Amino acid sequence: MAHRPLVVCAILAFTAGLVIASFAGFREFLPGLLEGALVTIEITVGGSVLAVICAFVAALSKMYGAWPVRGLAVIYIEVFRGTSALVQLFWLFFVLPRFGITLEPLTVAILALGLNVGAYGAEVVRGAVSAVPRGQWEATVALNMSRFQALRRIVLPQALVPMIPPWGNLFIELLKTTALVSLITISDLAFKAQEMNATTYRTVEIFSIVLVFYLAIAVLITVAMRSLEWFAARGLARGPAQ
Amino acid sequence: MSTDPSVAISPVDERSGPMVRFEKVMKSYGSLVVLNDLDLEVARGEKVAIIGPSGSGKTTVLRMLMTLERIDRGMIFVDGEPLTSMNRNGELVASDAKHLRRMRGKIGMVFQHFNLFPHMSALKNCMEAPCTVLGLSKMEAEARGRELLSMVGLGDKLFHYPSQLSGGQQQRVAIARALAMRPKVMLFDEVTSALDPELVGEVLNVIRKIAAELDVTMLMVTHQMGFAKEFADRVCFFYGGRICEQGPPEKIFVSPENERTRQFLRACLEAT
Ligand SMILES: Nc1ncnc2c1ncn2[C@@H]1O[C@H](COP(=O)(O)OP(=O)(O)OP(=O)(O)O)[C@@H](O)[C@H]1O
Ligand SMILES: [Mg+2]
Repeated sequence: MAHRPLVVCAILAFTAGLVIASFAGFREFLPGLLEGALVTIEITVGGSVLAVICAFVAALSKMYGAWPVRGLAVIYIEVFRGTSALVQLFWLFFVLPRFGITLEPLTVAILALGLNVGAYGAEVVRGAVSAVPRGQWEATVALNMSRFQALRRIVLPQALVPMIPPWGNLFIELLKTTALVSLITISDLAFKAQEMNATTYRTVEIFSIVLVFYLAIAVLITVAMRSLEWFAARGLARGPAQ
Repeated sequence: MSTDPSVAISPVDERSGPMVRFEKVMKSYGSLVVLNDLDLEVARGEKVAIIGPSGSGKTTVLRMLMTLERIDRGMIFVDGEPLTSMNRNGELVASDAKHLRRMRGKIGMVFQHFNLFPHMSALKNCMEAPCTVLGLSKMEAEARGRELLSMVGLGDKLFHYPSQLSGGQQQRVAIARALAMRPKVMLFDEVTSALDPELVGEVLNVIRKIAAELDVTMLMVTHQMGFAKEFADRVCFFYGGRICEQGPPEKIFVSPENERTRQFLRACLEAT
């Protein structure tokens, strides 16, 4: 399978990190880093799920919604693509409480990153849906299917496979952006790295391990997306004869 | 869209009148007039072949009937009912989604490039719309799909995906898929044009078989003059957005009156 080298790579990177760490007696900071990595993974997964939901809702509203819905979708996409993720994070964290809405830092992180990446994802979804040949839509009209039925049964299933690689990119982008959440008091991997560095001064080791951890998570995402693509392409596009 | 109040919709039309009627239908793309005051009537069960040079509006006629294309002026009636407008409190208004879907249910279309659903097997292609649109149970839809696929000679390819079928086989699946909706009118737009010559025959045979076994009205755009001659009840020669000449195939192909028809047929003959 095409992604076996990647799996091997991810496992190697991760164990290399662990081995180096335990050999050098890194016990003082390794648990802290692992804790941080867990938070980073949590935000990445939560943000990705939210991003996918936002992207589909926004893209389909923009393409097929009545004009008020379409307007809202356009505003959402433009605002969240056109401003920096850091500012969005700060806005949700520092400004919302002024309007009486105070959220957990972790909630804010997932919300901000999910909405941010969802805005980019909306364009991915839109692109893939509009790339489905017009003849497919025409066939659904000729078969008297409603637009909703056509979208759900015919068009979206065909749009999913080509959507997967760009989504992989977006998830990795999201992972990297999670480093920003340390600025709203969340102890993610980047935050823990700085904290541990400040107390132990093992700068080279700490930041090398952090690098390897981020890389390992990114490779994991790539592997997951490749497998998904493989299964989806097999199941949806050209299944084998029975 | 014109809403001519003199066009009364009499219920008498429903059973005895023509299956399809175009009344002064006008269609243009920008400044290009594609159909110019087109009048056309197709009787119940009639097989009409539409021939004519490229760009004469043949495809457009079928696409308007399938509601894939709006009309600018005029009226189209299917089964005695207006297609793109509807009767509301004695007044003709543009049809709403519900009316359009009811009318579409009477019409099926087969496309030049098949447009099969690539993520579904031949059988699933035929079951999809009967299940989702007509509300048939899986079992009923499957029985119907199996029956139609064996009718088009693909009883052994039920679980093949479109990418695993030849062009001719794909087009036969597309025909079965359209028939699964039990349309009263079938539209064929150059359904053999995308096929290798040796595959044309199998698709034409299926069309012959449908005509013999099912009670459907057919409109087909074709470049297969031989087939049109042998198969059609009537041939319409389109030129410049109008029907330039029409009549039984014996007349059109043997002794056409119009100079343009003669020219066109001569050109067709030379090409083959
Ligand atoms: N969507 C469109 N926008 C602009 N012009 C169009 C469009 N669809 C068709 N036309 C034009 O309308 C004219 C009639 O097109 P149509 O497809 O009905 O021709 P046809 O008789 O089917 O020709 P062919 O034998 O090549 O299929 C052509 O000149 C074509 O360029
Ligand atoms: Mg055409």
